Amino acid sequence: MTTKLTCSTLLLFLITSTIAYSQDGVMDGVEIHGNFEVYAQTYNEDSIIGAPNVPEKSGVNAFGNFIATKGSFTAGVRIEAYMPPVQGFSNNYGLQPVGAPYRFAQFSKGKFDITVGNFYEQFGNGMILRAYEERALGLDNAFDGLRVKVNPIPGLYIKGLVGNQRFYWQKSTGYVRAIDGEIAINELVESLMDKKLRLTIGGSFVSKYEAPGIRNFEYPENVASWAGRGQINYGGFSFLGEYVYKFNDPNSDNHYIYRAGQGVLLSATYSQKGFGINLTAKSIDNMHFRANRDAQLNDLFINYLPALTRQHTYNLATTLYPYATQPAGEIGIQGDIIYKIKKGSALGGKYGTTIQVNVAIINSLDTQQITSPNDLDSEVYLPNDPSREGYKANLWTFGDKIYYRDYNIEIDRKFSKSFKLKTSYIYFVANTDVAQGTALGKNVHAHIGVLDGLYKVSKKHSIRTELQHMWTEQDQGNWAFAMVEYGYSPHWFVTVLNQYNYGNPTKALRVNYPTAQVAYINNANRISLAYGRQRAGIFCVGGVCRPVPAANGFTITITSSF
Amino acid sequence: MLSKPNLQLILLFINPTHMFKSIITSTLLIFLSFIAVCQNEGRSIPDVTVKQLDNSSFQTGDITNDGNPIIISFWATWCSPCKRELNAIAEDFDEWVEETGVKLVAISIDDARNMHKVKPYVDGQSWDYDVYVDPNADFKRAMNVNNVPHTFLIDGNGHIVWQHNSYAPGDEDELHELVEKLANGETID
Repeated sequence: MTTKLTCSTLLLFLITSTIAYSQDGVMDGVEIHGNFEVYAQTYNEDSIIGAPNVPEKSGVNAFGNFIATKGSFTAGVRIEAYMPPVQGFSNNYGLQPVGAPYRFAQFSKGKFDITVGNFYEQFGNGMILRAYEERALGLDNAFDGLRVKVNPIPGLYIKGLVGNQRFYWQKSTGYVRAIDGEIAINELVESLMDKKLRLTIGGSFVSKYEAPGIRNFEYPENVASWAGRGQINYGGFSFLGEYVYKFNDPNSDNHYIYRAGQGVLLSATYSQKGFGINLTAKSIDNMHFRANRDAQLNDLFINYLPALTRQHTYNLATTLYPYATQPAGEIGIQGDIIYKIKKGSALGGKYGTTIQVNVAIINSLDTQQITSPNDLDSEVYLPNDPSREGYKANLWTFGDKIYYRDYNIEIDRKFSKSFKLKTSYIYFVANTDVAQGTALGKNVHAHIGVLDGLYKVSKKHSIRTELQHMWTEQDQGNWAFAMVEYGYSPHWFVTVLNQYNYGNPTKALRVNYPTAQVAYINNANRISLAYGRQRAGIFCVGGVCRPVPAANGFTITITSSF
Repeated sequence: MLSKPNLQLILLFINPTHMFKSIITSTLLIFLSFIAVCQNEGRSIPDVTVKQLDNSSFQTGDITNDGNPIIISFWATWCSPCKRELNAIAEDFDEWVEETGVKLVAISIDDARNMHKVKPYVDGQSWDYDVYVDPNADFKRAMNVNNVPHTFLIDGNGHIVWQHNSYAPGDEDELHELVEKLANGETID
């Protein structure tokens, strides 16, 4: 490992010095930039909230990106450290404490863009291919290989890539080869350049090669997948659609069946000043697509299937019953409306009022089982039978099982120069057995009310308070949440919050989750220190949003860009 | 398949090597000193492909404003402080433009889950900003943004002269003062 790291470091120096010395002046015009983050936590055992006794008592995740740019040339490296990984992150990160898993060199000039080494990429909506990072969640499926982007004539964009994907400190055994083309008709045909009607079409082809597995099956060593997409815009109207098809891909997610996978995403939007509406529909069938057929959890996905629900930010709404896409099969629709009542009108008040309504309905796909999963898993049942189809499904029909419902409304009103109030009501119906793997045997019905007030005391001082309450008769019962945040622009934040599960049916579990945090910001540097108990979820405190795992203890976060 | 990494893990615990630490520390130090040397002048806006709201491609290298200041603000539809900041600026933005000729470029980092909601939100809020979507965080990475909101200020020569992470009410006043400074031809320390 030491050799590996030294090599990466050397490589970077080589690149940097090549740029620096091959030119007229030393380091002339070379821009070195990057960012880093340190996320450290100490642990107190807290069996009530499920924070385990951690023998090492603390965890540190850190990374630094160092990128050198000169003209058309860019090279960079990310050094990551896990000493040991913070709780909630995969233990696989702990297999190597420090290393440089991400390094690249890129040449980009005019119509050509070539990258060797690591890179992230997305085709269309990502349903066929998306390599991305979500550092705070420990997600990173970056490619390691080669990518070429060409723009041969105006309006035609072609991307091609080959590579393995990142699997913590290792690589996928499967190779991915992919090509994507997009045509912007209005750019391609000069006479259409200024037309109000805008049309874009695109298509992708992705193939994965993986050597035969150890199990007793006829594996397709090459799994192909294709997608087509289009978007039309006319004034305030916009329609888009993408369809993806994956040829048979027996894998651990689908019980090694030969059934093909498919997915469709449709979206319609209309907007004008002060009003916007979006309707989206999505259906997915057997679309687990990974670089290793036996990969699990969030590992080694080649594609990305977006969840068709609102991404909430209020604590109780994000941390308790969130929804996650079911790549095995789901169908859903979502509607989103935003309306701004004019300033000075009777309803809008002196400063105007914004209303947002969002509805998401997600069900199982309508399927008929041909062979039970148990029989499929037994491996003795028709191992090489091409009819090993598993089940039948109709991509366009709702199944009868509720996966998720989310009905929410948010009203944002400024009452005076110094006071703003946001009021929200959210109603969830959550099949947690499907989304979170619980064994409740029933859906959770939860109602959440939120009052979010912002009072600007003076030019630089402000106080924000959040009061939230969740009513539910299932699972852990009612919750209450209160937060006070004092902001002193542009440097300081002090936040105190508490979550209280006072309605838990088990008396011993009626727990408080208090947390206090101080944050100091200086330009692009931010340091925060928090102490308390926290639940997992996206936290939006101290002026930024980030996802965090469950913990009890001190948390220090340092972020910096340079 | 798991035996080899596990063995490595065990060996590391038995014999924790300090070499890693020293290599890392020295690498970081060398780089930081490089950076200190190179930072005397603000870098220019990196050239990355993002999406316009009609889904066509746009090169961020083409962000210009006739020698006037530019604000680049990274945000997302799910980020409350981001929306607070951009809505606070929107209230007086007409005046800002009139006084200083400033342009605000709002980069949404919403991914495929929310990117189709960006245009309705922007129009719904009646923002007079140039809005682009960066669904796979390519521009976010090129600009070294850790978290949103993250705001950059670019001078008339296209150099990044100031940046700020997070938003506290009142930050918009500081930004306004800095924009005025740039418009008056003053420099920012």
